[in-house]
Amino acid sequence: MSDIKYILGSFGDPDEMMHGIEKLQENNISIYDVYTPMPIHGIEAKLGIKRSRIDIAAFCFGITGTCCAFALIYFCAVIDWRVNIGGKPSFALPDFIPIMFELTVLFCAFGMVLTYYASTHLFPGRAPRVMDLRATDDRFVIAVDAKDNAAHTVIDGLLKDAGALEVKYNERKYISYE
Amino acid sequence: MSGHNESILREPLITGDNITYAKITDDILMPVENKPNKAWWIGFTFASLGALLWVVAVSYTFWNGIGAWGLNKTVGWAWDITGFVWWVGIGHAGTLISAVLLLFRQNWRNSINRSAEAMTIFAVICAATYVVSHMGRPWLAYWVLPLPNQFGSLWVNFNSPLVWDMFAISTYFSVSLLFWYTGLLPDIATIRDRAVGTRRKIYSIFSFGWSGSVKTWQRFEAVSLILAGISTPLVLSVHTIVSMDFATSVIPGWHTTIFPPYFVAGAIFSGFAMVLTLLLVARKVLGLENYITMFHIESMNKIIILTGSIVGVAYLTEFFIAWYSGSEYESYAFVNRSTGPYWWAYWMMMTCNVISPQLLWFKKIRLSIKATWILSIVVNVGMWFERFVIIVTSLHRDYIPSSWAMFYPTWVDISVFVGSIGLFFTLFLLFLRVLPSIAIAEVKLLLKSASEQAKMKQIKEGHENKEYVAEYIESLEKFDSVKQEDYAKI
Repeated sequence: MSDIKYILGSFGDPDEMMHGIEKLQENNISIYDVYTPMPIHGIEAKLGIKRSRIDIAAFCFGITGTCCAFALIYFCAVIDWRVNIGGKPSFALPDFIPIMFELTVLFCAFGMVLTYYASTHLFPGRAPRVMDLRATDDRFVIAVDAKDNAAHTVIDGLLKDAGALEVKYNERKYISYE
Repeated sequence: MSGHNESILREPLITGDNITYAKITDDILMPVENKPNKAWWIGFTFASLGALLWVVAVSYTFWNGIGAWGLNKTVGWAWDITGFVWWVGIGHAGTLISAVLLLFRQNWRNSINRSAEAMTIFAVICAATYVVSHMGRPWLAYWVLPLPNQFGSLWVNFNSPLVWDMFAISTYFSVSLLFWYTGLLPDIATIRDRAVGTRRKIYSIFSFGWSGSVKTWQRFEAVSLILAGISTPLVLSVHTIVSMDFATSVIPGWHTTIFPPYFVAGAIFSGFAMVLTLLLVARKVLGLENYITMFHIESMNKIIILTGSIVGVAYLTEFFIAWYSGSEYESYAFVNRSTGPYWWAYWMMMTCNVISPQLLWFKKIRLSIKATWILSIVVNVGMWFERFVIIVTSLHRDYIPSSWAMFYPTWVDISVFVGSIGLFFTLFLLFLRVLPSIAIAEVKLLLKSASEQAKMKQIKEGHENKEYVAEYIESLEKFDSVKQEDYAKI
């Protein structure tokens, strides 16, 4: 049994998988992660995952965009090279607003999405770390660290009781490296 | 998704009685994982010939300058800006479906958002090529950017709506691309995990190493919601700024304060029509009747009636104000529009945009695939004429009658336009082949709550109000993908 790294409970139904999580937690078995083909609402609360703070990042990037746009336009049109348009003021704030808005959105979108990619380690060409190939198709997979949780037969039984269609014992953490 | 059932009164968003998570993946990936059929090849042949025409016509324009077009000293903007505004408008439906409908929690968007967003991106590409080629010297296109004076020009004029437009269109394109691609990551991962060999390697690179873990999904949903929140005002701002290209000028017929809302409504109107044109065919050819149902088609038709009517009210308001303002130039511009030498274009626009969409009030027409498809094309013809009318009829008779002129397109004008349609369809057909045309993960979310089989189970459990059940079954009559005999015995 010592070669086994992860025990995977593969469910065909998200509700049964949620039930499986409850069962494991009732028995003090820690869950490593859960892989699903779609977002499961309410699973964060169950696994004790904190609310994402990406909205704060988005706000900061957005406000940076607003300031950058204002600074750029103010520098170009007011400080560096005033253009006399019928004697009208160079500092025409209403005319600055469209570009300030667009750059707010641009900075916010790119800043936030790149933060998301960085924090979840997503980038082009990254080797996919997949434990079960069907977790992106039709299976909802609970992964349990085999080293931390010794009672493998208990885990097996709990997962199957909850409705797992299959329980796998992976000797490698990720099977997608070959 | 889990826990409680959806109200039985809501129409199902996925039909068919044997749908599982695996079947959703199989059905949607069918065109991606198999060799294309004959219909695809025929479409692709025509589309790529069109795209080739586009390459020739645009190259010819670049080589010879915009003298190759039918422009003259009175009509200095014609098919180029007509085509530009038309394509940008078409693009708007994609963002509307993916962002605005997400904010309003309209779950029916889940099965049409992916292809609508793809359509947005391809339409904006077509629009952008017009912008570049109408510059005359496209190799100096970077002059629209705020670059220091040493690069050859002064700072750009930040008071000009054309500069705002540059920022708006480039932001719109890049943010739409980001939104679309981020949403695609889980679906690319699905293809990756089912593929072998080189295919797996290619999709692996493009999947960014997506794993589908809890945190990835949690942040993914937060990111999608915020992107939707910022894309909603973005999409409204883009066509507002496009309309300001005209509205801030002093040309009678352009100098109108209702342009922003009127253009935005028109954009959504034409965009939804294009979504229908594409999806009604894709649904049939790719066999996606269970995911893009009659409910989706009817909902889009309802949006077309609404926005078409807003556009109609805007046309009438413009006319009324032209008279009511007492400005003789403004009045003349409008009388000339409807009765002058371009009367046929004006009435084409009125018929296609205001009168014919009203047919969709009839349930029979709204639920007929053929009628809907024809009307969707009629709307897009009408919306092209709308831009042509606004641009050319406002310009062709200016303040000095001796310089009044007509606009006649050359073969280059026509080829750039026809070619851009070819380019659009080429890109769209390639998209159908290499990427899932429906957001797989988002449709899976609906399976347990909003599918026909989930509702069937609810009915069989027998806790539902009888009247409601009867109403629900009645609402299923319009679905071409529902087997009525299953309900006969209940």
